[in-house]
Amino acid sequence: MLLQTAAVASTGHSLQGSVAEWIWLVPVLPLIGFLINGWLSLRAVGHVGPADPSGEEHGHGHTDDAHHDAHDDGHQATRHPSASIVSVVGPTVLILAFLLAVAIFAALAAAQPDAPFVKQLFTWMVAGDFRVDAAFQVDQLSMVMVLVITGVGALIHVFSVGYMRDDPGYPRYFAYLNLFVFFMLVLVLGASYPVLFVGWEGVGLCSYLLIGFWFTDKVNADAGKKAFVVNRIGDFGFLIAMFLLFANLGTLDFSGVNAAAPALGAGSALVTVICLLLFLGCAGKSAQIPLYVWLPDAMAGPTPVSALIHAATMVTAGVYLVARSAALFSMAPAASLTVALVGGLTALFAATIGLKQWDIKKVLAYSTVSQLGYMFVGVGVGAYAAGIFHLVTHAFFKALLFLGSGSVIYAMHQAYHHTGSHEDAQDMRNMGGLKQFMPVTFVLMWIATLAIAGIPPFAGFFSKDEILGAVFARTHGSTLADAQWFGIPGSAVLYAVWVFGLAAALLTAIYMTRMMLYTFHGPNRSGEREREHLHEAPWIMTGPLVALGVLSAVGGWLNLPAFFPAGPIQALHHWLEPVSGDAALQVTHGAEAHMTATTEYTLVGIAVAIAVAGIAIAFARLKPAALVPKAEAPEAEGFERVLEHKYYVDEIYDRIVVRPIESGSRGILWRGLDAGIIDGLFVNGSAYLARGFGWLGARLQTGRTGTYAWVLVIGVIAVLSAFSLR
Amino acid sequence: MIAESLALSAVLFTIGTIGVLTRRNAIVIFMCVELMLNAVNLSFVALSRQYGVTGQVFVVFVMTVAAAEAAVGLAIIISIFRHRQTVNLQNINLLKG
Repeated sequence: MLLQTAAVASTGHSLQGSVAEWIWLVPVLPLIGFLINGWLSLRAVGHVGPADPSGEEHGHGHTDDAHHDAHDDGHQATRHPSASIVSVVGPTVLILAFLLAVAIFAALAAAQPDAPFVKQLFTWMVAGDFRVDAAFQVDQLSMVMVLVITGVGALIHVFSVGYMRDDPGYPRYFAYLNLFVFFMLVLVLGASYPVLFVGWEGVGLCSYLLIGFWFTDKVNADAGKKAFVVNRIGDFGFLIAMFLLFANLGTLDFSGVNAAAPALGAGSALVTVICLLLFLGCAGKSAQIPLYVWLPDAMAGPTPVSALIHAATMVTAGVYLVARSAALFSMAPAASLTVALVGGLTALFAATIGLKQWDIKKVLAYSTVSQLGYMFVGVGVGAYAAGIFHLVTHAFFKALLFLGSGSVIYAMHQAYHHTGSHEDAQDMRNMGGLKQFMPVTFVLMWIATLAIAGIPPFAGFFSKDEILGAVFARTHGSTLADAQWFGIPGSAVLYAVWVFGLAAALLTAIYMTRMMLYTFHGPNRSGEREREHLHEAPWIMTGPLVALGVLSAVGGWLNLPAFFPAGPIQALHHWLEPVSGDAALQVTHGAEAHMTATTEYTLVGIAVAIAVAGIAIAFARLKPAALVPKAEAPEAEGFERVLEHKYYVDEIYDRIVVRPIESGSRGILWRGLDAGIIDGLFVNGSAYLARGFGWLGARLQTGRTGTYAWVLVIGVIAVLSAFSLR
Repeated sequence: MIAESLALSAVLFTIGTIGVLTRRNAIVIFMCVELMLNAVNLSFVALSRQYGVTGQVFVVFVMTVAAAEAAVGLAIIISIFRHRQTVNLQNINLLKG
């Protein structure tokens, strides 16, 4: 029935017959790339696995094992035989997909439809009333995501050509990366929750494969497993939410759910439970408290993977899901407050950990967790456009930061490799003073740092300010402020979230400046012999960096604040109105959330002051000159030690979750249930029972005719009496 | 008349059954089995007055089978006696596997 309504809707759609009909080709292009690259990686047997970890002993120095071999045998010798084809196929499919996405985006912008354009491909499954079509949905939200994924994805693919150049698993790497983009596009284009879920699980799989890309190191394989298992906890919530939606609404199409959502009843317990379960899925995929622990470990994968999957795209899928389900979340103020509060707490919590990490990628990982928290604050308070805005700008500057760190690690690794040193190429204590060796990366990283810290006019300033402003605006006169959250007034929760956000902004500025200071400023600590080998990465790696640098600098123009004197005001906000505008209005009682100009300027002033203060504090307090290389560094003490060990959360989880489950599995499930009940009672028990009956039967056989006669007579009497008594 | 016949038949059958269960000598048990057969024959004949001649036909069959059984049974008993010098069934448990 819903299929028919959807079909009717699409027959009269303004995008009918336009280039949007080709939307299926956007995800199919990376899929073709995956098939070609996957075939090439399988064809050359013997190069499927990662390099022999020749003398690669240190835990973090696994950036590129191949470089060792490359030095000994010359570069061409260890390059994969199909590398040149893969280098063309891998990025090209992404660039083509990006160009097609731009064309569809242009068609969408020209048509400005209010309803999404749904492209039916085929019927996926039918079971009774349950029907799911493989259908793609073109609307304002999905196309923004598609542009980010294919655009940033294409840049990262190009960067990978340089970064992974000598890796023996080169085609396998690009096959996984292409497959990831395919699933990510299915995730954002899917027109129903089940199709989205296919992409959701697919990106999880690719994340697992790429985290454990160098799987001969057990640490990497374990990190992949951890990511997979933690994500399953979230997926459990997502699945239950889908079941509840279908049981109560009878449909899982986005358009169908949005239309039928009011039937659930605004503020009802049911819609709150559905939203909280959906958010559990988001917390797993987007690394929020309490399921964030997998993301820092995911840094075990190659650095471009961290940039693409664990910063720019996959981990933002949860934010996308909340924005996509805006109609549901706007009806559940308690759930929305939970989203905002968890986001705010995560933003602050992860930022404090980021203060004391020494691994450059770990700093960025906790920074990502923190920024994802910001996005959830945005979508949690019903400012869906603001959340998506931060998602987009974050994709720009965080991809730039990760690729920049990749460039740094590449240079460090090359240098260590030339001298045969086994120092940690990712530890900031071994870096320092890199600005003279890699000026391009240095400048671009500073742009990204200023962007993430929230210094105008860089991208992060606008998006972060938009979110904090939205929180402040909703502390009065919104459904959230009027609602109760476990007995606490909603406005109090929102004020708390706002304070968390501001505190996190201060810490963000501090830890990012700290990272820049220790990496690029001060004296060089990498060692005398290594120093002469430090140099800038090749153009194929710096090129994408420059593109991302430009985007990080001007990305804020996507959605300029309302008080801005010139330029396209709130472009993204208006762009997304057909998708989430109604839901956002419902949160603010039908009126746009407006603040007086004075309040706005004060808020912006506070935000900028905090960002500047953070950078100033970092410059004043941190002395890169006093830093010693990792090998000579003393143990941190007190609270710093707690931060360096990430509040011991992994250890606590190990103690209260992992070990009880392990001992429970061992003691109860294995020894008790499997060995005891299944094997003992059922398998061996039935054998004992048969043997016991056999023994009894053997006793009956006396061989004496007299006994038999007695039994016979008793039997006859019993049968006869049974008949006569009936 | 028929009630008395059937009562006599039941008494004879019970005597035969008790004999089979309680006696130990194979010959006596054998005779008790014959008694049971003939008790049944008696009831067949008695009931044939009411239900037609079929019962009397059965009786002829039963007597034939009983004669054959007597021949085989006595032969077995004699052969057992030759082996074991006894016909006391308490001491014979050849049926035990």
